[in-house]
Amino acid sequence: MSSAKNQAEKIKEISGVNPLKCMKCGKCSASCPAFNEMDIKPHQFVSYVQNGDIEALANSKSLWKCLSCFACVERCPRDVQPGKLIDAARQLVVRQKGQTGLAPEEIPELLDPELPQQLLVSAFRRYRR
Amino acid sequence: MQRIGVFVCHCGSNIAATVDVKKVVEMVQMEPGVVHAEDYQYMCSEAGQAKIAAAIHEKNLTGIVVCSCSPRMHENTFRTAAQRAGLNPYMVEIANIREHCSWIHKDMEEATKKAVILARAAIAKVNLNTPLQPGESRVTKRALVIGGGIAGIQTALDIADAGYEVDIVEKTPSIGGRMSQLDKTFPTLDCSACILTPKMVEAAAHEKIKIYTYSEVEKVSGFVGDFTVDIRKKARSVDANKCTGCGVCQEKCPSKKAPSEFNRGLNTRSAIYTPFAQAIPNVPVIDRDACLKFKTGKCGVCEKVCQAGAIDYTQQDEIVTEKYGAIVVATGFDTIKLDNYDEYAYNQSKDVITSLELERIMNAAGPTKGHLERLSDGKHPHEMVFIQCVGSRCSDNRGKSYCSKICCMYTAKHAMLIRDKYPDVNVTVFYIDVRTPGKNFDEFYRRAVEEYGVNYIKGQVGKVILKPNGKLLVQGSDLLDNKQILKEADMVVLATAIEPEPSVRQIATMLTASIDTNNFLTEAHPKLRPVESPTAGVFLSGVCQGPKDIPETVAQAGAAAVKAIGLLAKDKLMTNPCTAKADELMCNGCSTCANVCPYGAISYEEKEVNDHGIRETRRIAVVNNALCQGCGACTVACPSGSMDLQGFSNRQIIAEVDAICR
Repeated sequence: MSSAKNQAEKIKEISGVNPLKCMKCGKCSASCPAFNEMDIKPHQFVSYVQNGDIEALANSKSLWKCLSCFACVERCPRDVQPGKLIDAARQLVVRQKGQTGLAPEEIPELLDPELPQQLLVSAFRRYRR
Repeated sequence: MQRIGVFVCHCGSNIAATVDVKKVVEMVQMEPGVVHAEDYQYMCSEAGQAKIAAAIHEKNLTGIVVCSCSPRMHENTFRTAAQRAGLNPYMVEIANIREHCSWIHKDMEEATKKAVILARAAIAKVNLNTPLQPGESRVTKRALVIGGGIAGIQTALDIADAGYEVDIVEKTPSIGGRMSQLDKTFPTLDCSACILTPKMVEAAAHEKIKIYTYSEVEKVSGFVGDFTVDIRKKARSVDANKCTGCGVCQEKCPSKKAPSEFNRGLNTRSAIYTPFAQAIPNVPVIDRDACLKFKTGKCGVCEKVCQAGAIDYTQQDEIVTEKYGAIVVATGFDTIKLDNYDEYAYNQSKDVITSLELERIMNAAGPTKGHLERLSDGKHPHEMVFIQCVGSRCSDNRGKSYCSKICCMYTAKHAMLIRDKYPDVNVTVFYIDVRTPGKNFDEFYRRAVEEYGVNYIKGQVGKVILKPNGKLLVQGSDLLDNKQILKEADMVVLATAIEPEPSVRQIATMLTASIDTNNFLTEAHPKLRPVESPTAGVFLSGVCQGPKDIPETVAQAGAAAVKAIGLLAKDKLMTNPCTAKADELMCNGCSTCANVCPYGAISYEEKEVNDHGIRETRRIAVVNNALCQGCGACTVACPSGSMDLQGFSNRQIIAEVDAICR
């Protein structure tokens, strides 16, 4: 596994997000419909990436509770887009499990009641490119 | 051939630590025209200037090169020193070996080499310099102030008190501006109108001040000291000389459905109206879009009831042309449109309002006569939520990137006023940061928390939901408790970002005054010339330059007035001689230069020329030296190469380039 710093860089690269733009207003957490389900709150995503604490982010419940509704992306006044950060973190985890690509025909066997459907949508959005 | 003296400054260790100044002196002595070279610790000191003067006398110098700091720092010092010693000041050139050399390099050998090259370029230029004489232009001793809010009023009063005539042009029917819409002012909570109206009255009564209300600046030409301005006096449809201001016309007007601009559209007004009771002048205008007489031809009630016979449906717009020496822009601000912020439900609920709308609701002359009530059902609210930074500090293209500066303070004011008048109302403020720098400002905010029990929550609001029962559900963050908060509210107040009054764009274009990406007017220097526009003779007052509160606006208004007075006090202005000039024999009158000139300085004349014995009349470009700022755009655009900038001629610049590349 690559170093924490590399992982953080990877997340920034995948998401295209610059965490330094965040002004800590909390509008993402104020907008999040899954807020109460999350252990790491949306407004905290940026500091986890900034501090290189990707391990914690990768193991958080939030990763799988995020609905990818992108309300935080839509409303963020600083264009930081925390939803894209968590999306990238999810992809990093999925990739580390060996999945580097996704074809439509693979989807049926991936369907699992435990797996958030949004993960598939997000992963499909990214991996089909 | 010039006799040039070169003076190399050590600037203490600023230059000498990186550039071998002795070596520079040695090298420049070999340059053509150089008859004298020396170095000194501080060339700008009295002793340094004396050295220049002495060399001018002893060596009969005709040109000077000073190798020192940026010409922005001391060009004037050295030109003046040379002039005192009898040399034309435009025979002095600066080689910038500090900012352009010693400060940005580390290696002494390389830096010394570069310093020599820069000196060489300046020497090459001086070899081609010719003495230049600044021209003179006259000063019209009258100022124009665009905008009749507190900024414009204060500027006008200060200029008028100094004894100069001032005209105020205000586009609405009354002076007063935004401040007249405010209920109370922070941090003293005194009544806004009570402190503003005396100033309005003073301006109206001042013998040196002329006020054009319901008027707009239509055209500006001319230049510093001598502007010519066309002012459009929009048809009031009421004869100001006859009207007594009795108000009967407004009472009887049957068309009462036009939204009141003064009350931010929260209620309606009659078609013939004065914006507010203390309006100056107290002369109504007819809103022709709302007036039945103008729309259908069938009404004329106001004409019938007017005892003074002041109603005049046939009035036309009138253009007044006036000359001014100085122009002050004081166009103020408006709140941004909230169409991009669906999440706050502003367009869905009447009970979601902007702070400026709350000012009108809290005001005794407002749509609710000063009673705090919901605009949807007239009920008294019990829970009020304030949302800060709506559209401010945004880098997402929906809002403004800057902090609007006044919102933290006015929200604390609103919260306090509400808690004071209605102790049964709970007030919650969602904030990102509370920014209260200013005299007695933070104390004011703390009073809201400590004495009035206003609940401040750190965190932005994500969305406001209109519930079927008419209440508002506010979903926000509490970042300090790491919670998401759902709060039911009766009214939500949005601290909406402010932006420059949109019409300032056209005004800036007319004045060739520069504006930034947010439409704020740009200062000549952000620190050292904060109330002057880069365009000579144009000054800035109030929020048109950047967000500010009333005390800051008044202070800046005074500063702008002083700058304008400083200009008007002069009988003649010295013009910069480094202006463009067309070679009459080469110019073919193609108009290319006039099209690129940003200052409107170029016109054309039919002129008789003698081209090698052929006498004929040709169309030739003529540069107005008072208007030309010496930018050089025309010299580049000119296809025949006839345009040249005096003091920066094409030959001089090429000589510099050649000297550098030698």
